Amino acid sequence: MSGAGLDPRTAPKFQVAARRLVGDAQMRKNVRHATNVIQTKRAKVVAEMPDWEDLRESGRQIRRHTLRHLDYYLLQFEKNCTAAGGVVHWARDAEEARQIVIKLVKQSGPQGESPTEIIKIKSMTTEEIQLNQALEEAGVHAYETDLAELIIQLGHDQPSHIVVPALHKNRAQIREIFQREMHLPGSDFSNLGGTPQDLADAARRFLREKFLRVKTAVSGANFLIADTGGVCIVESEGNGRMCLTLPETLISVAGIDKVVPKFSDLEVMLQLLPRSATGERMNPYNSIWTGVDKTAAGDGPRTFHVVLVDNARTKILADEEARQTLQCIRCGACLNACPVYLQTGGHAYGSVYAGPIGAILTPQLMEMHHAQSLPYASSLCGACYEVCPVKIDIPEVLIHLRNKVVKQQSSGLNILANPEVMALKAVARVFRSEAVFRIAQKLGRLAELPLSHKDSNGVGWIDWLPGMLGGWTQVRDLRVMPKQTFRQWFEAREKAGKKGAADGK
Amino acid sequence: MASEAVVAGAREEVLHRIRVALGFSTDDAAVVGAEYAAVAREYKRAGTLGRGPLLEKLEERLRDYDASVIRVKAGGVAAAIATILGERGKRRLVVPQGLAEALGEPLPAGFEFVVDEGMTTSEIDTFEGVLTASTVAIAETGTIVLQNVPGQGRRAPTLVPDYHLCVVRAADVVETVPEAMDRIARTATLATTFVSGPSATADIEMTRIKGVHGPRFLDVILVE
Amino acid sequence: MESEEAGRGLRVSLFITCYNDTLFPETGKAVVKVLERLGHTVDFPAGQTCCGQMHWNTGYQEEGLPMLTRFLEQFKDSEVIVSPSTSCVAMMKDHYPIMAERMKDPKITAEVAAILPKVWEFSQFLTQKLGIEDVGAYFPHRVTYHASCHGLRSLHLGDGPQRLLRAVRGIDLVEIENLEQCCGFGGTFAIKNAEVSSAMLADKVRGVLNTRAEVVTGCDNSCLMHVGGSLHRQRTGVWPLHIAEILAGEE
Repeated sequence: MSGAGLDPRTAPKFQVAARRLVGDAQMRKNVRHATNVIQTKRAKVVAEMPDWEDLRESGRQIRRHTLRHLDYYLLQFEKNCTAAGGVVHWARDAEEARQIVIKLVKQSGPQGESPTEIIKIKSMTTEEIQLNQALEEAGVHAYETDLAELIIQLGHDQPSHIVVPALHKNRAQIREIFQREMHLPGSDFSNLGGTPQDLADAARRFLREKFLRVKTAVSGANFLIADTGGVCIVESEGNGRMCLTLPETLISVAGIDKVVPKFSDLEVMLQLLPRSATGERMNPYNSIWTGVDKTAAGDGPRTFHVVLVDNARTKILADEEARQTLQCIRCGACLNACPVYLQTGGHAYGSVYAGPIGAILTPQLMEMHHAQSLPYASSLCGACYEVCPVKIDIPEVLIHLRNKVVKQQSSGLNILANPEVMALKAVARVFRSEAVFRIAQKLGRLAELPLSHKDSNGVGWIDWLPGMLGGWTQVRDLRVMPKQTFRQWFEAREKAGKKGAADGK
Repeated sequence: MASEAVVAGAREEVLHRIRVALGFSTDDAAVVGAEYAAVAREYKRAGTLGRGPLLEKLEERLRDYDASVIRVKAGGVAAAIATILGERGKRRLVVPQGLAEALGEPLPAGFEFVVDEGMTTSEIDTFEGVLTASTVAIAETGTIVLQNVPGQGRRAPTLVPDYHLCVVRAADVVETVPEAMDRIARTATLATTFVSGPSATADIEMTRIKGVHGPRFLDVILVE
Repeated sequence: MESEEAGRGLRVSLFITCYNDTLFPETGKAVVKVLERLGHTVDFPAGQTCCGQMHWNTGYQEEGLPMLTRFLEQFKDSEVIVSPSTSCVAMMKDHYPIMAERMKDPKITAEVAAILPKVWEFSQFLTQKLGIEDVGAYFPHRVTYHASCHGLRSLHLGDGPQRLLRAVRGIDLVEIENLEQCCGFGGTFAIKNAEVSSAMLADKVRGVLNTRAEVVTGCDNSCLMHVGGSLHRQRTGVWPLHIAEILAGEE
C-alpha cells in the first residue's frame, strides 16, 4: 500500500517543500525528460488539428453550460443510470464517500461476505478522498492496476502528476521497487530485466492474476453522461477495461463536476482529452457503458454503483470567478507546460492535484483553510492557460485566490504579524500621490546607499538585501537606482526647451 | 436503515448546495435545451477526404499506433483470416455470436473458432486470440469502435486474449470523431469500446511500450 | 514611412511606469528619442505613478483600484498612450475592465473601455499602430531577444520585436533556446518563491549564455532586471538592455 496520502492539511508550505525538491537532481532530470516528451508529442498532434481552437471553445462552453445547470444534469444522470440498472449514491464530503465505498465493498463478496482485496483503476477522486488508506483500515487491500500507480503503491510513494503519476521515477528506480515488492506464488521477480518492456511485462504478470481472481473493482470516471446515464473511462493499458469488465461488482467514484449533458458531447471531449493528456490522437482504450447488462450471458459487472462526491465542489461553484476551476477534465497539460512544476515536480504541491490546476483546485477543496501558499506557486506566465483544452484561465483564478488569502491575512490582528501585508499596503499609499511617490524614490535611493558597492565602471550594485527581499539577492544582484529619475530628466528637458535634448544623457 | 437515510439526506443536501451556489435552478428542459443549443460548435464535423485517401489515412494512423493492416476485396475475408492466423501461428480463437453473418462469409477451415456464449474469464484466458467485426472506424485517430452487437459481442473476449484480429468494412470508415459519434448515437447505451492500437503504456520514462494488459497485438483486415 | 498613421506626427503620452521611472530612466529617454526621430511629439502626464500590477497580482486587489482611477485622470485626454513595459500594458488590458466592474461605477467602466484601445506597448506601437519595422537604428552587437510572458501570451506580440531588431543595422541577432519559457521573475514570485524562481532563472541564463550574445534584450525591464541580476552576479559580462535603447542607437 502507499504511504499516508499527500494531505494539504499537513503538507508543508509550497516554498518549503520546493526548497528541498529543487535539490533533488535525479527527480528534476526525470521530470524534465517526461514533461518535455509529452509536450513535444502534444504540440505535434495539436498542430494536426486546424480546428483545435474551435474544439477548445466548444469544450469550454459545454463544461460551463453543464456547471450552470449542474443539479439538472446530475438528476438526469441519476435517473438514466438508475433505469439502466446502476445505483447512484451521493456523498457530501470525503468521509461520507469513503464510508459509502467501504460499505459497498463489504457487501460485494459472495453471500454478502466482505472481500479482502479489490482492484482499482487510477482515479484522482479516490486519491483526493484518500480511499485506499480507509479501505486498508477496514481490512480491504486495494491493488492499483495502472502501471504508474502500481509503481507508486509498491514504492510507498506519492503520485506527482495527474496523468503519469510516477514520472519522477526512472527505470532503475522502478526495477528496484519491483524486485523488492512484487511477490507472486510461482513467479520470481528478483532477476527482472531493466528495460521499460521488462518492467511492463512484470506488471502484466503480477496484475493478471489479480484481474482474473478479484471480483470487486473501484474506479473513477472521466465523464458521466446525463442523457444516457452512461459512464466513460479513458485509458491506455487495458487495466481499466479489466477492472470495468471482469469483476462482479464495480463501484465508480466521481466528482459531481464530471457530468456532460449528452453522449454526443464526447465528440468534443474525446478529441480534447487524449491529445492534451498524453499527446495521442486517441488513447488506446475508451470504455463507455450504461448501467448493467441484464442478458443471460452478461457483459461486465452484475452490480454497478456510482458515488457522486461533492467534497467542497459546491463551494467552488458558488464563487463565480473561480467556478471555471470545475471545468477541468484532468488532462494534466498544464503541469507539462508549467515552468514551476518543471523545477519542483508534483510533490511540492502537497496534494494529489499538482501543478497549476492543483494550485487553484487544492486550496479551494480545502475551502481556503489550508494550502494558502499554492496560489503563489506561479510566476503567472500563462503557459497553463495556453494549453488548457477547456480554456480555464488559471492565472486569473490564481490572482483571485491570492486576494482571498490576503483578505484572511489582513483581517483583525493578523495584519500585524505579516510584514508583507504591511509593506504592500504602505506602497499602495505611496502610489496614490505623485508627490509621495517622488519622496519615496528619494528615500529609496538613500536607503539602499549603505548596501551598494560600485563596480569598475562606477555603477552601484547591491548583492545583499535584508528580510524577505533576501530571496532576490540569493542569486541575483540588483543595480542601484540611478541618480535622476525619468520624470526629473523629462521635466528638466521641458524647461530647457526640448529640441536637441532628447539624446542628452 | 439508518445509514441509507443519511445517504438520502446527502442527495438532497448536495442538490441544495448546488442550487444555493448557482443562485437559481430550473427543471425546464426547454430552457436548458435552448442554452445547450447555443453552445458554439465550429469544429470540423464532416470529413472531406474521398474514399481512397480516407482508407489510406485510417491505415496510416492504425500503423502509427502499432496495429498491422491488410486490405482485401469483399469475398476475400476468410482467405485473409486464414493467411494472417497462419503467419501469426494462432489456431484457437474465441469469436462472438453472429460473426460469420457480420462478415458476410463463412469462417475459414483449419482453425478452432469457439463461440462465446457467456464463457468465464478463465475460459476466455485459454484462447490464443479473438476475432471480431467492428461497428465503425475513425481514420483521423486510427480508432476502431466495438459495440456489444452480433459479430462483436461482449467486452471480455476482446480484452483477455493476447491477440485481436478485427475486420473493418470500408463502408464503416469515417474520417472524424463526430461522424463516428453520429453513427453510434442510436446504440449509445450498448457497451462500447474505442480501440486505438494495441494496449500501451508510456509510464516508464515516457517510452511507449506496446501491450500491457489488453491484447498486445492488433491486426486489422480492411474490406473494400 | 510605411503606413498612413506614420504619415503624420502623433501626440504620444508616455506612461513610463513606476519601476522604469525609478530604476530605468534610460529606457524612457530612448523611447522619447525613437518616437521623436519618427516625427511624433511626446508628453508626460506628471501625476502618473503605477499601473497597480504588483498589488493586483499579489492579491491586494482593493489597493490596486485607486491606481486605475489615477491612470484615468492622468491620461483621459491623451490621443495615444505608449508604455515600454509588456507586463504593465497587459495588466491594464486584462484587468482594468475587471477592476472597473468591481468599482461598480459606470463612468469608470466607460472610461476604461474608451481608453484601452489607445494604450500601446512600445514595440507594438511601432509594428502594429505605426506599421514600421525599420526605425533607423544602428547597434553593432550580438544580441538575443527574451520574450516576456505577458508580451507573448497576453499582448500577442508575436515576432514583432524580432522584426524591429532585425531591421537594426549592424546587429547580430541570435535566437535563444526555449524562447517561450518564463524567466522566473513573476513579480513578487521571485521573492516569495525565491528558490523555484532561481531554478527557472538558471535555465534562462543558460539559454542566454548558449547564444554567446553580448546583450540580452526584451520589451520589459522587470524580466531583464531579473535575468541581468544573475548575469551580473556571475560576472558573465552579458548586459541587459531594453529594446528601446537598441532602437535608439545611432551611428
